[in-house]
Amino acid sequence: MPETNGNGHGESRWASGVIPYRTMGYWMPDYVPKDTDVLCCFRVTPQPGVEPEEAAAAVAGESSTATWTVVWTDRLTAYEHYQAKAYRVEPVPNAPGQYLAWIAYDIDLFEEGSIANLTSSIIGNVFGFKALRALRLEDMRIPEPYVKTFQGPPHGIVIEREYLNKFGRPLLGATTKPKLGLSARNYGRVVYEALRGGLDFTKDDENINSQPFMRWRDRSLASMEAVNKAMAETGEIKGHYLNVTAASMEEMYERAEFARDLGSIIVMMDLTVGYTAMTSMSRWARRNGVLLHLHRAGHSTFTRQKTHGVSFRVLAKWCRLLGVDHIHAGTVVGKLEGDPDMVRGYYDTCRLDHVEANLMHGIQFAQDWASMPGVMPVASGGIHAGQAHELLHHLGEDTVLQFGGGTIGHPMGIAAGATANRTAVELMIQARNEGRDVLRDGPYLLRKAGRWCTPLRAAIDVWGDITFNYESTDTPDVVATPTAL
Amino acid sequence: MHVTQGTFSYLPPLSDEQIRAQVQYALDNYWPVSVEFTDDPHPRNFLWEMWDVPMFDMLDAAAVLMEVSRCREAHPDIYVRVNAYDRRLGRQTTALSFIVQRPAHEPGFRLERQESHDRTVRYTLHPYALDRPAGERYGR
Repeated sequence: MPETNGNGHGESRWASGVIPYRTMGYWMPDYVPKDTDVLCCFRVTPQPGVEPEEAAAAVAGESSTATWTVVWTDRLTAYEHYQAKAYRVEPVPNAPGQYLAWIAYDIDLFEEGSIANLTSSIIGNVFGFKALRALRLEDMRIPEPYVKTFQGPPHGIVIEREYLNKFGRPLLGATTKPKLGLSARNYGRVVYEALRGGLDFTKDDENINSQPFMRWRDRSLASMEAVNKAMAETGEIKGHYLNVTAASMEEMYERAEFARDLGSIIVMMDLTVGYTAMTSMSRWARRNGVLLHLHRAGHSTFTRQKTHGVSFRVLAKWCRLLGVDHIHAGTVVGKLEGDPDMVRGYYDTCRLDHVEANLMHGIQFAQDWASMPGVMPVASGGIHAGQAHELLHHLGEDTVLQFGGGTIGHPMGIAAGATANRTAVELMIQARNEGRDVLRDGPYLLRKAGRWCTPLRAAIDVWGDITFNYESTDTPDVVATPTAL
Repeated sequence: MHVTQGTFSYLPPLSDEQIRAQVQYALDNYWPVSVEFTDDPHPRNFLWEMWDVPMFDMLDAAAVLMEVSRCREAHPDIYVRVNAYDRRLGRQTTALSFIVQRPAHEPGFRLERQESHDRTVRYTLHPYALDRPAGERYGR
């Protein structure tokens, strides 16, 4: 007896040729997701004339078992098990032509501990599928059994704080500027001044690798001289993120091992190295007791536009799973893209053990992290001491605030810039703990402290009025409405 | 030289009233407070001496402050810090730590460089205070 799809269309599921995806079992509106399923929420923009359910089914099909035509070899498998199931489609509010589609994938579709494999399925061919004008992966629920197959952060927030012996305040950093062109000796000068002035970390920029003006080995030596000298000046643990990004894994290991042998507590890599290289570095960092910082270079090419790509909240999840100790996650108030509600969702995803669904924050699914340590989110790009109250309000305490220009561009010098930033942050922590409303009183308290802290006064005089108020491109679809009591 | 370990080391020294306010914040978060002291300020010395065990059942900031004062009186010339501890699942570590007393004179650290192969250097920090035996490092 021929199998039919049971949806009234009547054609055989197995007749040769092209039939709609939704009649092949990829659209199952009554499917109840299992606790062990990987769940995805896509924003789908179908081509004109393509029904949303068919588009959703096509996404489910193309990101799991389907090809464009019926193949009899499906019948050699328990195909119902391996087919992804689109189980819900809804129009996006105030966005004609866009739909949210929820799709469930059985956990057996994915290799344990492999972000490369997970992403090859879920954001593989399907993003180029012609029947869709655009496609965006909005959120993903990783089931706990799958979470447990990943290493996670090499150390995590708690162990990082214990390594550093720093508790109860955001960590402070700065990226060495100018990004390109400094010799190793000049580079070491910037690192030393910023650290001795009060920062905890300095950082290589993402595109500092090993160029003609400064080779990686020379930069490592100069930076570690600076770190150790600053430690002697302050009696505090300090670190410089040595960027070990390179053309090959062998060279990355070589640079990381050199950093470790010089006593560096932290190294960094760029997102551009890829998921597998990042996972390898994560394992290396765990094995060697070195913190691992990730710069999300390139992410905006696919995270920023609302209709096509992958949301940063999903990328943050993948990076927590494959395992980094730091990840750049937005500043809200700085120069780079970041709606406050969306950024809140990213920070929760990095830090919490359980994240509730929250549409205002863009979080579609509750996510349990099964005790996997948190990742320290990093706020970097266009922030300064005069925003310390806003940064604490939006981002909280478990974060690295990176003031690059806001340290190095200080009119009294780099060390004074660092002192201004550290003083501003400690003031805000003190005031918040004393019960003050820092968002309201912050500017007053910072100005008042300028009376005894000249570097802070100078910072506020120069940058106090600098803001980056541009409309965000990635915002929540829902609008907050007052709830009736 | 000014050792900048601990939160608030970049602010003017905290008054007793300011310390009390921080302790109150800790207690409001259900973080028990402890007091520790040391005459070894090496940044990797996390094992400061405990002034008794953490005050798990002390819910009165004024009483905590009395312990801070007693510790400072017993060890007037060395470092004293106040820690707040968060025992919640997923944290189980210190939540806040700040210095409430430091020596009148902080001699600082010697940076020792052991020059090695291929221009590499092995660094060691040596607190000058550790040139003298424990108990004789500061003051008097």
